[in-house]
Amino acid sequence: MTMTLLEVSDLATHFFTRAGIVKAVDGVSFTLHPGEVLGLVGESGSGKTVTGFSLLGLVDPPGRIVRGSIRFEGRELVGMDPVQLRRMRGRRLAMVFQDPATTLNPVLTIAAQMRLALTAHERRSAAAVRARCIEVLTIVGMPDAGRRLDAYPHQFSGGMRQRVAIAIALLHRPPLIVADEPTTALDVSIQAQILTEMKSLVGEIGTSLIWISHDLATVSSLADRIAVMYAGRIVEDGPTVAVLRNPRHPYTQGLLDSLPAHTEPGRELAQIRGTTPSLLNLPAGCPFAPRCDHADAACDIEPDLVGSAGRSIRCHHPLEVVAA
Amino acid sequence: MLGFAIQRVLQALVVMLVMSLLVFVGVFAIGNPIDVLIAPDVTQEIRAQTIAQYGFDRPLHEQYAAFLGRVLHGDLGRSFVFNMPVTSLIFSRLPATLELTLAAVFFATVLGVPLGMYAGYRPDSVAARVIMAASVVGFSVPTFWIGLVLILVFAVNLGWLPAGGRGETATLFGVEWSFLTLDGLRHLILPALNLSLFKLALMTRLARAGTREVMLSDTVKFARAAGESEWTVLRQHVLRLISIPLVTVFGLELGSTLAFAVVTETIFSWPGLGKLIIDSIASLDRPVMVAYLVLVAFVFIMINFTMDLIYVGLDPRLRKARS
Amino acid sequence: MKDSATPFARFSREFGENRIAVAALAVVVIVVLLAVFAPLVAPQDPFDLAKLTLRDARRPPGFVGAAGFAHWLGTDAQGRDMFSAILFGLRISLQISVTAGLIALAVGATLGAAAAFLGGRTEALIMRIIDLQLSFPAILLALVLAASLGQGKTQLTIALIAAQYAYFARTAHGAAVTERGKEYIEAALSVPLPARTVVFRHILPNCLPPLIVVATVQIANAIALEATLSFLGLGLPPTEPSLGLLIANGFQYMLSGRYWISIYPGIALVALIIAVNLVGDQIRDQFNPRLKR
Repeated sequence: MTMTLLEVSDLATHFFTRAGIVKAVDGVSFTLHPGEVLGLVGESGSGKTVTGFSLLGLVDPPGRIVRGSIRFEGRELVGMDPVQLRRMRGRRLAMVFQDPATTLNPVLTIAAQMRLALTAHERRSAAAVRARCIEVLTIVGMPDAGRRLDAYPHQFSGGMRQRVAIAIALLHRPPLIVADEPTTALDVSIQAQILTEMKSLVGEIGTSLIWISHDLATVSSLADRIAVMYAGRIVEDGPTVAVLRNPRHPYTQGLLDSLPAHTEPGRELAQIRGTTPSLLNLPAGCPFAPRCDHADAACDIEPDLVGSAGRSIRCHHPLEVVAA
Repeated sequence: MLGFAIQRVLQALVVMLVMSLLVFVGVFAIGNPIDVLIAPDVTQEIRAQTIAQYGFDRPLHEQYAAFLGRVLHGDLGRSFVFNMPVTSLIFSRLPATLELTLAAVFFATVLGVPLGMYAGYRPDSVAARVIMAASVVGFSVPTFWIGLVLILVFAVNLGWLPAGGRGETATLFGVEWSFLTLDGLRHLILPALNLSLFKLALMTRLARAGTREVMLSDTVKFARAAGESEWTVLRQHVLRLISIPLVTVFGLELGSTLAFAVVTETIFSWPGLGKLIIDSIASLDRPVMVAYLVLVAFVFIMINFTMDLIYVGLDPRLRKARS
Repeated sequence: MKDSATPFARFSREFGENRIAVAALAVVVIVVLLAVFAPLVAPQDPFDLAKLTLRDARRPPGFVGAAGFAHWLGTDAQGRDMFSAILFGLRISLQISVTAGLIALAVGATLGAAAAFLGGRTEALIMRIIDLQLSFPAILLALVLAASLGQGKTQLTIALIAAQYAYFARTAHGAAVTERGKEYIEAALSVPLPARTVVFRHILPNCLPPLIVVATVQIANAIALEATLSFLGLGLPPTEPSLGLLIANGFQYMLSGRYWISIYPGIALVALIIAVNLVGDQIRDQFNPRLKR
């Protein structure tokens, strides 16, 4: 078995606001192997985006990583010297954001922005820079890359802009890309397209991918493994097929049930009763307990993430194993 | 792009026309129009002559047409006090004001933007707080008072710099400039500093607000995620993004600075247009007042027009809309 | 529990958390009180020419004059007690600036909201004129108006109003445009409530927050503008000196070292303006949802 690429243990990122401490991420652990695609799934407020930012060291004040470790390629990222961390960003780990309309700088051409990202780590001649840019743009499926390189972001459609963002992430051939809901802001038809393209890209280039999303359906077609997050913690983790066919955490089951695809036509969509808790004042014990049909007194104590053979669950009353 | 330029030129012409009408009505039609052109102490004969000459006995729209005609030919009347054509009077004073204003604006921008950017980049640092406190003072305190304090401290108490006047000049392109001589520079420093403070404070605050906002944006996060250095982020992303609102205010305040030159020139006895207008108001030299207003209106329209052009240059999103 | 307080109470509490703003507010309140009660507080009536003796003219701070009390801040060229002169000067400055500011607010806000309400070409025309005026610096406008209208309180107030109403108009217009698209206006119009009621009782009150912010800035500006105009000799007659005029009168004595005639009124002026600006800054920050951490 190849060495793990990324090992996150007990990561916690808290935000120290005027209103109190928001524990956006409070105990996240997972591992990632080279070439693997991990789907990080959760509703808004579950802490999945902050997890992504924490990996890259992009948490803005008043937030900061308060405990835990992130071992990437054998090196500890938490507490790493900022200059060293910066050198790794873009080169070894890259990130694609949700809304390409706000990620790309509107007053710079695509060429200029790609050049900035490229020359942040390497010195190349202008011609070499341009050649490399055209190369990656072609890889992500932009037609007529040579000419469109000199256009401005607003002259592209949403889908094309996201492709540019992905291209920028690919410039240095990083072994890990974190994609934070990259298709959420796009039209549904484009979503499917980009998803397929990412899948083949990952297969071809062999990059590891962490795909953050709120949509189990999207993730299921792409990911090798799925980790479900709730209230800043991972509650279930395992190979995609296993998690989807045999969810063991009630929350995962709830998510699956609420998918339109799992609902008979004409029937109301199933919902998980209750609402996501405020991360400011989490009650003690299992954060999902108020919404869980299986909760009892045991759930007043927070469950640990328990698991073996690449399958973990954080629950006192995991759902039964279904025979395969 | 050309269509846009033409559109703005036409708008500018319309505004000029409206301004000229307002000035005409304000000065020539209200009250005693004849008093605008001649000194109050001339004989009845000359008075009657001038009335006939200028056609004040003619209907109003004819008078306006005549007025426009005169203005377009560059005839803005004759100053009572100096007994010379107002146009040449104005042109002789213009370089001094230009010098002062440009020095002030240059200073305000070159110092204000970096200070503001730093304050926005590290908003909780001691330096940032000091900068922001100083900027509140800078735009609260009336220009004339700062001038007084500057004179008190640097001229009266320390004796380092002169308290007024323009100092020696040297000629360049047939015009007298004082920044070309050392003595002239010594005289230029205090008034330029005085005039620049308001704009400096404004630029600093704006740069800070803009920087703070942009630093929290996705664009900066993405740039950092790509591993770009903080210096690159500040120069290539933040600076470019904040220049749009900065240029807006720069343009608006340019006019204001020109206007406030009136105050600075009075305090420092700087022989420019500002002092001219104040003296003219005091001595009721109305042809000069009229000319000043027309000139100022023209300058403002030009500034606005130039600002519009610069916008389109700065923000590529506007070019698409215009073409 | 926290959120059951009224909006004003919440606002005041947050305001109270910024010590600088509270200090500034205290300064403003003290100055206003001093100005209002100036006739009672000042040791001398600076307008009563009979009480002045030229022998006491241009005396430094601390000098005990003919009237028998110490002039803490010295005397000016006519023998006036500086402290009294400053108090009355503050009074006049505040009177004029606040009056002009409030009237400009009323006029401008009505104009802006009405323009937004009327829509179409009327709105476009009104806003074009407003924009035109805004591209002209206020000081020049005020300068010219003050010069043509002559000296005097009323004239100066009119000049200030004319120079300032445009800012209020534009702010009100912007806020009103947002409001008019909202459904409650549609509902009010379909009752049908008369246009005047809708504008005054529905639209305008909801435009208040940004207007309040502009108002504080504009009052500070008005104070500075009035002082500047008076300094230049265009504002008030010498018999009713505002702070600007006091400073102007003392200018010539500065070069010979008698700084107190100009500097003390100047300090009073500056303290007032900075205080108003700081209060305005805090109000603005509190109204801006984007700065909420």
